[in-house]
Amino acid sequence: MNAYDIVLKSREKGRPTAVRYISRIVDGFIELHGDRRFADDAAIVGGVGFVGGMPVTVIGIEKGEDTNDKIAHNFGCAHPEGYRKAVRLMKEAEKFGRPVLCFVDTSGAYCGIGAEERGQSEAIASSILEMIRLKTPTLSVVIGEGGSGGALGLCAADEVWITETSTYSVISPEGCASILWKDSAKVAEASECLKMTAPDLEALGAVEKVIPERGFCDEFFEDLKADIARFFRGKRGVCLDELVRARYERFRKF
Amino acid sequence: MKFDLKKFFSRKPKNELEGEAAPQPAPEAPAEAAIPEKLAEKCEKCGQIVLSADMEENFGICPKCGHCKKIDARARIRLCAENFEELFADEAGGNILGFPGYDEKLAALRAKTGEKDAVVCGTADIGGVRCALFSMDYRFQMGSMGHTVGEKITKTFEYAAEERLPVVGFILSGGARMQEGIVSLMQMAKTSAAVACHGEAGLLYIAVLCDPTTGGVSASFAFEADIIMAEKGALIGFAGPRVIEQTIRQTLPEGFQRAEFLQEKGFVDLIVERKEMKDTLAALLKLHAAPEKEAEL
Repeated sequence: MNAYDIVLKSREKGRPTAVRYISRIVDGFIELHGDRRFADDAAIVGGVGFVGGMPVTVIGIEKGEDTNDKIAHNFGCAHPEGYRKAVRLMKEAEKFGRPVLCFVDTSGAYCGIGAEERGQSEAIASSILEMIRLKTPTLSVVIGEGGSGGALGLCAADEVWITETSTYSVISPEGCASILWKDSAKVAEASECLKMTAPDLEALGAVEKVIPERGFCDEFFEDLKADIARFFRGKRGVCLDELVRARYERFRKF
Repeated sequence: MKFDLKKFFSRKPKNELEGEAAPQPAPEAPAEAAIPEKLAEKCEKCGQIVLSADMEENFGICPKCGHCKKIDARARIRLCAENFEELFADEAGGNILGFPGYDEKLAALRAKTGEKDAVVCGTADIGGVRCALFSMDYRFQMGSMGHTVGEKITKTFEYAAEERLPVVGFILSGGARMQEGIVSLMQMAKTSAAVACHGEAGLLYIAVLCDPTTGGVSASFAFEADIIMAEKGALIGFAGPRVIEQTIRQTLPEGFQRAEFLQEKGFVDLIVERKEMKDTLAALLKLHAAPEKEAEL
């Protein structure tokens, strides 16, 4: 598959979305709603549950599965209140010493009048800043599209993993082609140049782990669950200042 | 600088993409040169012809209509600060991803602006208070943030935390530099972490949002300051207005995403005229640096 095939695959209909990952990986999930300031953003789903017997906070950007569901979740394009809900849940996790697990799948944060009025920039900036200093272990898994700042708002983690046909990029290849070359037909070329596929991202050090998808079979979810549990178990008892310092270095290297 | 008729009459390219800026080294200025490069210019807002010397003296504010034209990174430092000492001047990244055409573009921008990238950093005095500062340059791909910009800003915050200095950032950016792909996106996280560490040390950070402040820069260090100032009329937002219009298929209301709109919505502390920028910064820096006054009874 070339880069553009992967871009298409990352957006493919029928691909498991965050809610599916949560139902397969998090036991006894209880959803918690709202940012306590303005509203509950359905594009970001969050709550608490168990992974391998460990209590975790889980936050996912949800695109929705069928058409009505997609509309309900705003196609996975979060508003500022979504990022503020995520920060609220992360701080709650920190207070109770729970690790934070994020599933990321978005073409980008929503751009529209309400999003700007309510401070989309400030919401994403705060989410990055709070997450990167969070005194509890964090792991983000990109499961589809990792679209720009809207994805980064939930990717300022100790480690970032990606499934093999997901992407993570500063801009969509369409945006890149139209801005840089004024030619939307050059999408395939832009997909290649942006180095947005899992192997390229791993080579650049932007992700720690590429997860084989195996057609999203039962074993895929079981193994991912085991890997996540192992990751968090490995962080048990670590010095939290050391954890935050290591996270600083993770991003400092770029 | 010497008077160059040819330059005076030649049409400026609309943007750096269009213009084939010939990569030539900046000519050595003869010692006696005191005649300005340009005698007059047209205000981009009101279209009236203004003497360049008047424009310069007026901090790039049109004497006829009050419109603030964009000024480069060093002009802004001169406008607001004294005793500037540059830091990290040698930072100059390359074409990390091997993006087609990016090497040539960087070379052309470097030749045209005399800057290595879109930010100038250092220390300076503002109203007698020593501070670390960074100033972004519109001439360099509209202040877009790639590795070099992120690295210099991160180093500025790290240096300021070490030296216990406040940071003043003059911010102007169209967003992330897409030719650097994910590395450019990572600069948002890297700078944010440095801002956080500086803040945790109890130090002040003032952001001055200039026209425009959008995209990845607005969604990171621009909105992480203790005090957020904005230049009057500056365009500030996450997505650019054209992108929003295309997405929602609606025309945006007048004044949308301007500094005044941001203040009304609660995202900007104060809007400052360019002429008052220095005094306002000085007052805020002094207040934060002052030891607690004994209550006068």
